[in-house]
Amino acid sequence: MKKPSPMKKLATVATLGLAASLVGCGSETSEPAGIDPQVYTDSLFAVMKADRTNYTKLIIKRLGPAGADVIKPNEHWEDLDSGAPLPAQMFRFGSELVSDMTSEFTYSLQSIWPVNKQNAPKTPLEKEGLQYIVDNPGKNFYGTESLGGVDYYTAVYPDVAVAGPCVDCHNNHKDTPKSDFKLGDVMGGVVIRVPLTKS
Amino acid sequence: MKKISWIIWLLVTVAILGFFGYELLFKEQKPNFLPGAVTHGHFQIEMACDTCHIDPFGGEEVLQDACINCHGEELEKSLDSHPRKKFTDPRNADLLEILDARYCASCHLEHQDAMISDMGVSLPSDYCYHCHEEIGDERESHKDLPYDSCQSAGCHNYHDNRALYEDFLAKHLHEPNILPAMKTHDDFYESNLEKLAKVTGFDAQPLSLSDADNSDESKELMDGWLHSSHAESGVNCSQCHGSGEDYVEIPSHENCQSCHGFEVETFLKGKHGMRLAAGLSAMSPDDSKLAMHKSGSLEEHKELSCNSCHMAHEFETEFAAVDACVSCHNDEHSNNFENSKHFSLKDESGANKVTCATCHMPKVEVNDKGIKGFKVNHNQNDTLRPNEKMIRPVCLDCHGLQFSLNALADERLVESNFVGMPDKHIESLDWVEKRNSTKRDSVY
Repeated sequence: MKKPSPMKKLATVATLGLAASLVGCGSETSEPAGIDPQVYTDSLFAVMKADRTNYTKLIIKRLGPAGADVIKPNEHWEDLDSGAPLPAQMFRFGSELVSDMTSEFTYSLQSIWPVNKQNAPKTPLEKEGLQYIVDNPGKNFYGTESLGGVDYYTAVYPDVAVAGPCVDCHNNHKDTPKSDFKLGDVMGGVVIRVPLTKS
Repeated sequence: MKKISWIIWLLVTVAILGFFGYELLFKEQKPNFLPGAVTHGHFQIEMACDTCHIDPFGGEEVLQDACINCHGEELEKSLDSHPRKKFTDPRNADLLEILDARYCASCHLEHQDAMISDMGVSLPSDYCYHCHEEIGDERESHKDLPYDSCQSAGCHNYHDNRALYEDFLAKHLHEPNILPAMKTHDDFYESNLEKLAKVTGFDAQPLSLSDADNSDESKELMDGWLHSSHAESGVNCSQCHGSGEDYVEIPSHENCQSCHGFEVETFLKGKHGMRLAAGLSAMSPDDSKLAMHKSGSLEEHKELSCNSCHMAHEFETEFAAVDACVSCHNDEHSNNFENSKHFSLKDESGANKVTCATCHMPKVEVNDKGIKGFKVNHNQNDTLRPNEKMIRPVCLDCHGLQFSLNALADERLVESNFVGMPDKHIESLDWVEKRNSTKRDSVY
């Protein structure tokens, strides 16, 4: 990464100083300006959900065995000619790439009925949140927790079965602990975590 | 008297500081700053400190970058089962307190030779348990397995499970020990010479002695070249040696690289070429920690370069594939090759159908200048970290998966160079078959 030049550094400090003084002029208290964590995580989830739904419907459903049958959605897609990642894997790959780019937020797909046991909720808040979205369909769960000495704002959103293959694959997988999912069921949840304090 | 003592003290101090300071700041090799021996994987480059310590002021992130600089591509290709990105989610914070798997050095600590086990691992061998302790409850087959048995040959590997994952095992159930036909791959250059000539603009016409552009050499040397694949495909003396001011008497791997990029690139990644890659002098059999013929027939080429195995002008791949190896390597496995079933397999011309290189330098699919084909992977360590990595690119060309897993897990059989049948039986395929018979398959 290029280091900023001394002039750029000076300009940045001056800009920040000016901004700070203008904020100070506007109010008596020094409330830090910023987006509400819930709005932030809700917005992130909207993007994630849109991408995930589009991938499932526009790629897997349209080009997979249920459609043109030109790609093979499979857990071990790398080993197949025309193999394609499953929607849940695609989601996880996105999460992993994001973690390479920023530590300002993390997200994961979890379930209290995970095919891969590593995707079961682990922290007390995850367990509470995942159960809450199953017990209260259509509602999200929000809370704060402390992990490894850092405080986090944690939001849990329901992950609903939007296409037949999702239900079919989970119900028939060798490692599934639940085999009676139906379309529209909450199969798991998306957990988005935002650090509130710097480590 | 007091004044003289001070002067002597000052001179001694300056001399010591100068000695160590010069080594630290100006010398390529810094033996007096080596805090402890390094693992068998790195000892060749232990004096090139800055290969790993790329920034003197960096912490664990800098060391991590150095690991990834050399091993990142290999890990990515092996579909690493435990990449760093799996551990960066804060939900794993409690696990990272026990074992910080974000950093290679958490498991592969260097300069700690007393506590290093196979694969350069510096942890007790039950490390899987920290994260996977429930596996005994989840899988009946894993119920009473010892905590340190996960990484045993044939079951799991921390990084590379391409030949060990469940669906792959299921696909290869009930294969015979020896498959009906041996899978072979054509030589890239022989089968693509015309295409290569077209892409590179190189005139690939066979050359005669009168075509040689440096014919002042001995008859023996010129004959060597004349009957080589180089002369047959139009490669003249100056293509390797250069000409005029650029003439070099003994071309280095850098000269070979201009035409054989993949071969040299992979050579530099293995233990044969890693010293050259680090900017050090070439590796020599005398410096190896393996059993070697210290004064073998490679006396003329004691230092490991392309020519050590391929010879200077003949470029005999047959010599390079067996004779060159056994003229240096003096371990039981190498010395037993001539007694093995593999050695006894000959083609119509009497040449070996299976060589040392068949297994240790397998041909892998490449795309060179838009031409697809198979080239020899010259990183002979690529399939040995650990040996299950050899299963997919090598063993399965001729053998069934169960037989391959059993054979590679049998240390005695490996030492004898596979004379006889495996004594071991890896149970993972049996378990997969049992699970498949009781559970429904995935719809895809």
